[in-house]
Amino acid sequence: MIQQPGVLALLAASALVAAFLALAAGFGLRILRRWDLRSGSDLQLALERETYLVSTLVAFALAAEVVSLFLFVFTADGLHGRFAGAMCAAGTLNAAPGGYATLLLKVANCLLAGVWLILNHADTRGYDYPLIRAKYAFLLVLAPLVWVEAFLAFRYFTGLRAEVITSCCGSLFSQGQGGLAGDLAAWPERTAMAVLAAVLGALFVAGGVLLRTGRGGYAFGLLSGLAFLAGTASLVSFVSVYLYELPTHHCPFCCLQAEYGHVGYLLYGTLLGGGIAGLGTGALMPFRRRASLAAALPALQRRLVLAALLAFGLFALVVAYQVATSSLRLGP
Amino acid sequence: MPGTLRRTRSILDFALASLLRRKGRNAALLGVYTLVVFVAASLVFFTQAVKREAHQVLADAPGLVVQRTLAGRQDLVPLAWADWVRGLRGVRSVRPRWWGYYYDGAFGANFTVQASEDAALPAGSARIGAGAARILRVKEGDLITLRGHDNLPLLLTVQGILSSDSELVASDLLLLPREDFQTLFGLPPDQATDLAVDVANPRELPTLAAKIAERYPEARPILHSEILRTYDAIFDWRGGLLVAVLMIAVLCFAIFAWDRAAGLSAEERREIGILKSIGWETSDVLLLKLLEGLAVSLTAFLSGCVLAYGHVFLFSAPLFEGALKGWSVLYPRYRLVPVVDGYQLSLLFLLAVVPYTAATLIPGWRAATVDPDAAMRS
Amino acid sequence: MIEVANVTKTYHAGRPNAYTAVDGVSLAIERGRLTVLKGPSGSGKTTLLSLVGCMARPSSGRIHLRGVKAAGLPAAGGALEITSLPERFLTEIRRATFGFIFQHFNLIKGVSTLENVMLPAYPLGGDPAALRRRAGELLERFGLSRHAREPIDRLSGGELQRVAIARALVNDPAVLIADEPTAHLDSHLSEAFMALMGTFKEGGRTLLIASHDPLVYDSPLVDATHELRDGRLCGKASA
Repeated sequence: MIQQPGVLALLAASALVAAFLALAAGFGLRILRRWDLRSGSDLQLALERETYLVSTLVAFALAAEVVSLFLFVFTADGLHGRFAGAMCAAGTLNAAPGGYATLLLKVANCLLAGVWLILNHADTRGYDYPLIRAKYAFLLVLAPLVWVEAFLAFRYFTGLRAEVITSCCGSLFSQGQGGLAGDLAAWPERTAMAVLAAVLGALFVAGGVLLRTGRGGYAFGLLSGLAFLAGTASLVSFVSVYLYELPTHHCPFCCLQAEYGHVGYLLYGTLLGGGIAGLGTGALMPFRRRASLAAALPALQRRLVLAALLAFGLFALVVAYQVATSSLRLGP
Repeated sequence: MPGTLRRTRSILDFALASLLRRKGRNAALLGVYTLVVFVAASLVFFTQAVKREAHQVLADAPGLVVQRTLAGRQDLVPLAWADWVRGLRGVRSVRPRWWGYYYDGAFGANFTVQASEDAALPAGSARIGAGAARILRVKEGDLITLRGHDNLPLLLTVQGILSSDSELVASDLLLLPREDFQTLFGLPPDQATDLAVDVANPRELPTLAAKIAERYPEARPILHSEILRTYDAIFDWRGGLLVAVLMIAVLCFAIFAWDRAAGLSAEERREIGILKSIGWETSDVLLLKLLEGLAVSLTAFLSGCVLAYGHVFLFSAPLFEGALKGWSVLYPRYRLVPVVDGYQLSLLFLLAVVPYTAATLIPGWRAATVDPDAAMRS
Repeated sequence: MIEVANVTKTYHAGRPNAYTAVDGVSLAIERGRLTVLKGPSGSGKTTLLSLVGCMARPSSGRIHLRGVKAAGLPAAGGALEITSLPERFLTEIRRATFGFIFQHFNLIKGVSTLENVMLPAYPLGGDPAALRRRAGELLERFGLSRHAREPIDRLSGGELQRVAIARALVNDPAVLIADEPTAHLDSHLSEAFMALMGTFKEGGRTLLIASHDPLVYDSPLVDATHELRDGRLCGKASA
């Protein structure tokens, strides 16, 4: 266990978020079992008041998760000096089991909490709580994921031992290594660029179709998820290389540092925002036939599609700018 | 959506006006909150700045230091080792070093003493750190007297005061010519405290260390990176310890904030009831409470951080240096180089703003969900 | 305009302190008329007002509104059933349709007269300048302009009620609801209040007043009176 202010703050925040989601899940369970909209009983009125608390709790959890996501990467980066062979966050995350799992789960939970809040917003637009069961069932899935994340974070930080020799990002994300990270790094730049361009192109086409005809929401949601994955993969595969101007440096975390103008915040921020808005659009599709949502849902989906396209468009622009202005030129 | 924005702005205006209307009550909360942020931020800024300072000081340190142990304790290194190491491939230079500690009973201070091979420092003279000069109350050209191992006094002329750029390490330093150092402590002439080894390629350091350890089993090679790691660990460990203590303070503050938010005054309760009765909805009141909380949080966060910045970087953290710096009685006076980054800000945000918001969230919800008709029935 | 069908409201149901404030009440309120609910205090008048005014949901029974603009809500045959709507929608209807004048005025202390009048419109997100103008006009109409910047703490009882009326009108509601409006006024001010109600009626607003003051329920302006006792309607409605 490493005593470090960041580690303590992260563990405390994880525990807090886990406790809040337990509370939210408890209310959710009660709502799922006792909900009866036709009733004017005191219980029903209390349950309806509790829906406000649950959405506030989840919104708080999302905010805390986003802040702690960045702090997690920073703390890992600050600890790299403790591990022989670790040169940045990537090495630290490898120094004990659960480092990458915690990070990935944190990202996933941010996406899911964002989508939950979109469902919640849509639910409040309908006069008969049209999504009440769906959203609380979803909440019962989200809460255990947050608990697992808190557990993994605890296990990871307690498992960190300063003497461990780890691979730094140079070896972890360099070609010729096994594992997912190595495979991503070994992706030829041209292929990775083509895949990213194709996915983003398809996303924009689907978005255009959805805006024009109101069809293809599922495809748009799916493509948003793919675009999120392709964007993250491209950060490892080629954006990092152009950004750091080192053909072998594939680390996706160093771009958060001041040396690179904090451009990482923009890249991750747009990816997360676009991912949440896009996935949210897809998640709303099953409910658009509900009478109570017929008026509100299409307008909400339009706004979400525009937000997702804006975020991914900005991401593409930043990536294109980095590649175009980099002094690094990769082979023919 | 300008409607949503205008709604937020109107409610924000009202939230700020409400806070100002209850100046007295809120000032106490804001004061405690600012204090918590101030202590947390001072701690975080200080730890980071000292860590950075240590890294800078150690930037010029040799890649490898070779010590000798005798029965597990550090002992003097024979100079013959230096010649053998010099012969190894990849070694650029090997420099024997002489250093130690000298306790001055008269001033009750512990000094770091180091031998210099600088030809500009002739026998009988010394350069001393700024802190040492303060303690000994000497200036350039004065004489200092050190008591040797054989009880004989050693007189030295102060040739210069070391500049205070890197005061954290150099402040308590006495720099002596090698002959005087050996006389002072009665060292044998063919032995040194340790060896500083520099290599052309730092990647070869571990291999080199292994070779030395194999040739001289009693040798203890110390890598530069290990020193850095130890420094980090020490500062982080102390910082972590203080944060653990601080968390108790934050918890107390959160309970205080919870209590304050839960025990709304009758006046505030009446106000929320009125707002609900005249057409404010639960989420409008929640937004009002959120904006009130944010206004308090951000004010406390910003003023706490600014105060801590001044405390640490302008006044050198008088409140913490005892707990966080070295063990020497001789505290160097120095100014830390300001360094504030995303790590520190996100850490402080998690330490200060998140607990407050968490503590006021449920009481805020309770207040916001009073029945709109409650104001009519009272 | 408003149809109340067999409405019951029970507080603390299933507990020892349960009590039924309104018990099986049915009545209709006509558009553009002045209707009075009369009865002793504790007879359920205020609870009935809060049910009609979308402030609370009945434990059972139905309330229908006609001629109410509400986006995204189903209105079968022009009648909107408000009994089981979520609070958010009830509030939306209430803000657009009803203006309330409370017995104790319910003004916020320490806040200026102008801001007190503007408060109900804040959550609507309208243009702040237009809102300020509207509130200023209302204050002028009720002769309160010179107090606009002052906190309401310095106003007299009659002035406070006029501020409360101005506030009830700021969102231009079709229905005005007043709970014991003359309880804190002397006869002279009470008559002035009823005269004001008369002008509102002429302006086409529907008025609903709960009162046990003869000066109110015997006023010639009143179109219909319903008497409540122990939560039930008693006697015949007089028209």
